[in-house]
Amino acid sequence: MSDTAIDPRYAAKPPKRPLRLSWSDERFRGIVWQVLVLAVVATIFWWLWSNTVHNLEVRRIASGWGFLSREAGLPIAESLIPYDPTNTYLRALAVGLTNTLKVAIIGIILATLLGTLLGVLRLSPNWLVSKLVGGYVEVVRDLPLLLQLLFWYAMLQGLPGPRQAINPATGVFLSNRGLKLPWFEWLPAHSWALLVCVIGIVATLIWRRAALARQMADGQPRKVWPVALLLCVGAPLVVWATQGAPFTPDIPFLRGFNFQGGLTVSPEFFALLTGLTLYTAGFICEIVRAGIQAVHQGQWEAAGALGLPRGQVMRLVVLPQALRVIIPPMTSQFLNLTKNSSLAVAIGYQDIVSIANTTLNQTGQAIEGIAAIMVVYLSISLSISLFMNWYNARIALVER
Amino acid sequence: MNTMSSSGKRGFSVRRLVLGAMGAGLLALTAPAARAQAPAAAPAPAPAPAAGGGSNMIETIRNRGTLICGVSTGLAGFSAPDSQGRWSGFDVDYCRAVAIAIFGTDQNRVRFVATTPQARFTALQSGELDMLARNTTWTLSRDTSLGLDFPATSFYDGQGFMVKRSLGVTSARQLDGATICVQPGTTTEQNLSDWARSNRVTIRPVVIERQEDNVAAYIAGRCDAYTTDASGLAGVRSTQQNPNDHIILPEIISKEPLGPLVRHGDQRFADLVRWVHFGLLAAEEFGITAANVEQAATADQRPEVGRMLGRGGDLGQMLGVDNRWLVNVVKILGNYGEVFSRNLTPLGLQRGPNALWTTPGGLQYAPPFR
Ligand SMILES: N[C@@H](CCC(=O)N[C@@H](CS)C(=O)NCC(=O)O)C(=O)O
Repeated sequence: MSDTAIDPRYAAKPPKRPLRLSWSDERFRGIVWQVLVLAVVATIFWWLWSNTVHNLEVRRIASGWGFLSREAGLPIAESLIPYDPTNTYLRALAVGLTNTLKVAIIGIILATLLGTLLGVLRLSPNWLVSKLVGGYVEVVRDLPLLLQLLFWYAMLQGLPGPRQAINPATGVFLSNRGLKLPWFEWLPAHSWALLVCVIGIVATLIWRRAALARQMADGQPRKVWPVALLLCVGAPLVVWATQGAPFTPDIPFLRGFNFQGGLTVSPEFFALLTGLTLYTAGFICEIVRAGIQAVHQGQWEAAGALGLPRGQVMRLVVLPQALRVIIPPMTSQFLNLTKNSSLAVAIGYQDIVSIANTTLNQTGQAIEGIAAIMVVYLSISLSISLFMNWYNARIALVER
Repeated sequence: MNTMSSSGKRGFSVRRLVLGAMGAGLLALTAPAARAQAPAAAPAPAPAPAAGGGSNMIETIRNRGTLICGVSTGLAGFSAPDSQGRWSGFDVDYCRAVAIAIFGTDQNRVRFVATTPQARFTALQSGELDMLARNTTWTLSRDTSLGLDFPATSFYDGQGFMVKRSLGVTSARQLDGATICVQPGTTTEQNLSDWARSNRVTIRPVVIERQEDNVAAYIAGRCDAYTTDASGLAGVRSTQQNPNDHIILPEIISKEPLGPLVRHGDQRFADLVRWVHFGLLAAEEFGITAANVEQAATADQRPEVGRMLGRGGDLGQMLGVDNRWLVNVVKILGNYGEVFSRNLTPLGLQRGPNALWTTPGGLQYAPPFR
């Protein structure tokens, strides 16, 4: 402690003193304290655990994970993976997980796009635009999210019934049963084409990097869009065509109580997505605004002096610098959106919390149910954090 | 910062999560029943037979001064608060009856806790509630692996469907392809999928947690039909602006024996709840009403009536309460028939299987008071 650190090579390896088993040795004291704290924490956990096990036994409450393989018997309205009530609780929980992921991922993308746009508009020199956005942010942030969700859900329920559905184009129906869209029968050929498309996007990104690097070397700008078109659209089309170009349209039609066929966007999902997106976009707008304002005015002036138009100044000079301020608070907005999606059950969207709660109710296994919810949210949150930290580190490198 | 403000506003969902988490937490924190009982057993005045290692609930409730009873968040006829927050209904009367049996003449020594179908069992398991009286169906798994006990069936019911009259549907068999609103955490949702499977109809469920949002979705037309216990349908229908716009379809697709329930482990308390129900039945059987119970307690010459009302013997003490417990209960609430007609007849519900066994088709039967 007294030595002033000079060379990190020496600082890294302090001279080893033998540990004295005496209270006057600082290291010994440190170790004793740590062991004590650890013991206390471990005892508390052990006590909680044994108490729980004991109480479960006395009250004859079932425990363990055996219920996961039992038949769930619960009806689920929408699912990305095949499900019917004869499937197991495990599968039902998986449906809940995919439903949560679906609304969270789409919500995060939409909220980011909308929030960024609003953040830029908020700084618009146009007084009216800027004030309108400001008003929006205030309203959206100040009203409880649950209220907003119920509001959107009620709005959607106010739509006409299926027989009087709004029919703006063939096969498109908007009613209180949701939005019905024409779709087609999904076959393996389509899955392959989709896969190739994803690979195409990745390849385009790599190509773009290389192109930029070469532009740095020779100053020659290269067009990205023809390559993008070829890789992301052309290649998938070829793959689809070689598989016989199957295409069976699936147009919704009214039969009996409801529409049959087609693609359905349920009012529950739509209300939840709308509510989450608009709410989170309000917060993101403010983050983006603050981020842009954190970039020194001189950057604008310098870029302007180079003759760049305002849009390019924003895109090429200001936003990249603002990102460094924006990313950390953005991460917590993404986490918030994900966690807020648990309000879903209020408007009948069956997310992981909804299904875990029902499972917990039917099996009586509160501890396991809550543990399942915790594991899911922890994993999603950690993944988002890790990804954002990685991204943050990546853009931070740009700093000179 | 905004995490805090947003979580403050999320009272509802957070409460749901918290209820579950709290249930889990309470199970971890509450002193293990058997260990806690050891010191308490010594000074206990009555030589209470230690029941299944459980604690003495009746004593706990008496010391606390109130019975904590879980009810629904609002279902007309069964448990619903009025504008002053005063609860009434068939299930509410069962809570009050148990409280009167324990505390004597005061029917207000009950704290009512509103529970959703999803949260009700966790609340009871974790010890937040003493008992639950909220149109809950007795099933094998609830009785066993949930660690609960159903002392009695207070109302024999079955699940039905309600549709708007304008839909033109007259039978549940016509519901193929229909969208149906149902509350999660109920036998209702499980029966619905069983029924759809065995009748080879496809239904689209809409599963909304809170009863009022669920009914609102049905009213708004999000669903073609609403399904729950037939008694619940009658309750929901009665609170609509125009009850006649809705019809309850004739099919009953399940058995729903509804009744009060308690935690497993204290048989003495379960016995009390069970005999409160039988007491209400027996009072009806012997023609004892709120109006004549005082007089019967002193003058009725039938031996069983004498024992029931605490004149001869000490049946009350065997239950761990005052010998005049049933006099107090019936004087304030009336007998089973009176409780039924005060709360359920206005909804248009018939006695049906809930008639006394002395009526053809009646299932309500009390064992002898001796
Ligand atoms: N008897 C069924 C259904 C009971 C139930 O919860 N029914 C709903 C629909 S009538 C209800 O009471 N809701 C009132 C509430 O949510 O507070 C069960 O025990 O699962």
